[in-house]
Amino acid sequence: MTRKQFSGLVSAVALAGGLLMGGTAAAEDKVGFIYVGPIGDHGWTYRHELGRQAVQNEFGDKVKTSYVESVKESSSEPVIRQMAADGYKLIFTTSFGFMNPTLKVAKQFPDVKFEHATGYKRADNVSTYSARFYEGRYVVGKIAGKMTKSNVIGYVGSFPIPEVVRGINAMTLAARSVNPDVTVKVAWVNTWYDPGKEGDAAKALIDQGADIILQHTDSPAPLQVAENRGVWAVGQASDMAKFAPKAQLTAIIDNWDGYYVARTKAALDGTWKSEDTWGGLKSGMVELAPYNEAIPADVIALAEETRKGIEDGSIVPFAGPFNKQDGSVGAKEGEALDDGTLLGLNWYVEGVDGKLPK
Amino acid sequence: MSGFDWVVPIILTVITAATPLVFAGIGELVTEKSGVLNLGVEGMMLVGAVSGFITALVTGNYFLAVGAAALAGAIMAFLFGVLTLSLMANQVATGLALTLFGVGLSALMGQEFVGEPIAALSKLNITGLSDLPFIGPIIFGQDVLVYLSFVMVALVSWLLYKTKAGLILRAVGDSHDAAHSIGYPVIAIRYLAVMFGGAMSGIGGAYLSLAYTPMWAENMTAGRGWIALALIVFATWKPGLVLVGAYMFGGITILQLHAQAAGLNVPSQVLSMLPYLATILVLVLISKDESRIRKHAPACIGKIFHPAA
Amino acid sequence: MKLRGPPMLLKIEKRAEYSKTMVYLTPIIALVLTVLSSIVLFESLGVNPIEALYQFFIAPLDTKYEFSELFVKATPLILCAIGLSVGFRANVWNIGAEGQLTMGAIVGSSLFIYFPETDSIFLLPAMIVMGALGGAAWAAIPAFFKTRFNANEILTSLMLVYVALLILSLLIHGPWRDPAGFNFPESETFSDSASMPILISGTRMHFGTLMALLAVFGAWIMMARTLIGFQVKVIGEAPRAGGYAGFSRKKIIWFTLLFAGALSGIAGLSEVSGPIGQVVPSISPGYGFTAIIVAFLGRLHPVGIFFAGLLMALTYLGGETAQINLGLPVAVTGVFQGMVLFFLLACDVLVHYRFRLNIARKVTSQ
Repeated sequence: MTRKQFSGLVSAVALAGGLLMGGTAAAEDKVGFIYVGPIGDHGWTYRHELGRQAVQNEFGDKVKTSYVESVKESSSEPVIRQMAADGYKLIFTTSFGFMNPTLKVAKQFPDVKFEHATGYKRADNVSTYSARFYEGRYVVGKIAGKMTKSNVIGYVGSFPIPEVVRGINAMTLAARSVNPDVTVKVAWVNTWYDPGKEGDAAKALIDQGADIILQHTDSPAPLQVAENRGVWAVGQASDMAKFAPKAQLTAIIDNWDGYYVARTKAALDGTWKSEDTWGGLKSGMVELAPYNEAIPADVIALAEETRKGIEDGSIVPFAGPFNKQDGSVGAKEGEALDDGTLLGLNWYVEGVDGKLPK
Repeated sequence: MSGFDWVVPIILTVITAATPLVFAGIGELVTEKSGVLNLGVEGMMLVGAVSGFITALVTGNYFLAVGAAALAGAIMAFLFGVLTLSLMANQVATGLALTLFGVGLSALMGQEFVGEPIAALSKLNITGLSDLPFIGPIIFGQDVLVYLSFVMVALVSWLLYKTKAGLILRAVGDSHDAAHSIGYPVIAIRYLAVMFGGAMSGIGGAYLSLAYTPMWAENMTAGRGWIALALIVFATWKPGLVLVGAYMFGGITILQLHAQAAGLNVPSQVLSMLPYLATILVLVLISKDESRIRKHAPACIGKIFHPAA
Repeated sequence: MKLRGPPMLLKIEKRAEYSKTMVYLTPIIALVLTVLSSIVLFESLGVNPIEALYQFFIAPLDTKYEFSELFVKATPLILCAIGLSVGFRANVWNIGAEGQLTMGAIVGSSLFIYFPETDSIFLLPAMIVMGALGGAAWAAIPAFFKTRFNANEILTSLMLVYVALLILSLLIHGPWRDPAGFNFPESETFSDSASMPILISGTRMHFGTLMALLAVFGAWIMMARTLIGFQVKVIGEAPRAGGYAGFSRKKIIWFTLLFAGALSGIAGLSEVSGPIGQVVPSISPGYGFTAIIVAFLGRLHPVGIFFAGLLMALTYLGGETAQINLGLPVAVTGVFQGMVLFFLLACDVLVHYRFRLNIARKVTSQ
């Protein structure tokens, strides 16, 4: 265990205070997590925190996990570096904005392994991982297309980044495949997390005729609004049925547990390699919460069929033929968007209202 | 939709968006009228929000919950009072420190309560009246806190300008030395005003966690305390205008979301700027008459009072 | 003010002159009080208080790198606070440094964004100048509204913070995206000629820190030795006297806002072309707001601000260290910071006042 060198004075003070740093440390390996939000956000960061707990439970005394929450992306580099310098074996940096800081630190600490979520830059000691949430949204789109009466689906967006646009498009394609009259309205709130504003956006969408609300923001507020207004909604990141028992059709759940445990194991037994993982329904990184009992059996059957199809590869969400919003061809018959295109997706498919902010 | 049907839901949404601002704004207005500037509104709102939420969850009694929120806000404000009034610490810095403290404290208090749902504060439902077209849901279908926010504005307005107590409060805010020499207990009055401000901020926060989005999540006020502070300046320290400002700000926030949902072809960031730009614009338009503002702005705001014993 | 508790009377008396001893002694008293109350706080959270205090105040400084990080973190705080403090002394309540910082970063980095190929040695100096101009331009809006329309600068400067952040969001989610970056909201990383030189190799301490030091000395000299500094003080302390002396309040409003805007703008540019190295959706974790506390904590004096900036930076770094090593949630950092600030602010009373314990039968209240 590499302990930092204390100056004489400091260690004297520390010892006098009965401080025995590292004195009890066994030969445990340390795994660190850097979070962009508070673990109490009940959304994105909360799910990563559950992943950390899964690692701790799995390996017990063999590893020591720690985390730093609410790390601002612009000042993340020293935090990541501090963990690396403290002898952490594996460090998960769980927000896109940590990408360049992670790579900078990784260069200085070639023996430390890094895992960066949702980025695209890798190195020998930096892996990337992300989840194909759009697969979940494609399943949800089938349900939404069948369940909507007004044929208007509302979508509360955070920021117009490819990740969010992918979700909107996948949902729209699926909904229109079962109901060509569907249009999708999007309201961008320009924040990941502001319960009041997210709720207001949901209200505005409902007032504009939407009877199903989807969201790509972190709080359960839009579901509460849906519950209150008597329309449907889909949970985000966690099962949010507690907040909207009647309204939640299902929820798209992020589940990092399996991945974090597997990568920690690999780091411990020396088999860790730099990889790019983009897991979806099949890998369990994306899950669907139990379906609402109010959904008719045939719709559930359709959703399950879609889910299984995606898992076994017989259904590809972004398979053609479909058009872009402007009427030009998005993907031709027999073709599908490749991962590179999906990664940087910045146009809407046909059926989405409004212009994508650029 | 036909006719004016679409107006009602918009107004209802604006009411919920404006109510927390009204509470926090009217409370801070009284604080400032007494000559004290407390920038800790955001922190007091958060502590109020979490206290109200926990009380509602544990007891199921929303009356108690609102009381707990007010009490928690008042305690925070009392802390501010001890530092700035008794120990004469700088008000601006202490207020900001109070916000830092409140953000942390509320998160610490609420740790166990994240992800717990509660029922929303119930809305008034008067058979017959609440079902009236248009005015029914707007005037007879709100929750009790919305009515209370209007009552508080009226009450504060009446207190400040029609009662002796209000006269004294304004005197303390305008010239603490003069007020002191007449024999008014300047510090005690300011304590009361500061704590009233804290209690109102607490209720404003609780409106978020009990009615607006009934849940607790860290930092859920998301900057509304700052907006409330700005609205007092906007209102040139007049209670009625705090109400106008809050509804204007809330209204533009909601309308820009509607504009987006309707597919208006303007970047969302530009639409999101509108409430802030509109507030500046209106302030500029109403600020020209300097003497009118002077009449209402407390002259001693932010200044430390120490009686020359 | 009297705290009544018969028959004793605790009285706070104004000193005839401020106590020089107390100027230096109060931070120490505050530290002692912090330590004492931390014992209660951390014990109640089940954490060894000595270890917690060690993590907050000492562990963040025990290597060269970490020590340098203190300056990296303090640089934007000091730059903004120096700018704000001059305004505060003239009773100009600019609370929008965060927006001025953001605008400085935007305008400054626009040079790199639109001329990424340039490798001229003049690129960075030009960016710094543009950053200062951008921040000053953003501060000029409240100055204009204040002097021309009498619009309160507290509201206008605060509202412009949100507008500046949204402009940044508009740019970074749109035209400023790295063309090779899969449409993620980040600009290209800055070239060497657009980046702040590093002062000590192996650390992130950059040229911005030197500019902050320069600002500290410059502001010190300005306030103590120059006519404009004198005018700022007079307008702040005795506006009428200033008027008789022929000092223009409008001119001082313009000067203080532009000064603060320029320094905040430089702070913003130093962040993007220093530690961050590219334009990102959120440039500052609230430096512009924290700087207000720093300014007052430093008693609006440049040297005080320098130390207050370092202290504030230390509590942030300490909070991170405590999270890593002790698993203390970030909420505890907020509570702890609040406490430290409360004590520091409260102890300031001793500089200008003294406590006296009187044994008295009667409370005289007039």
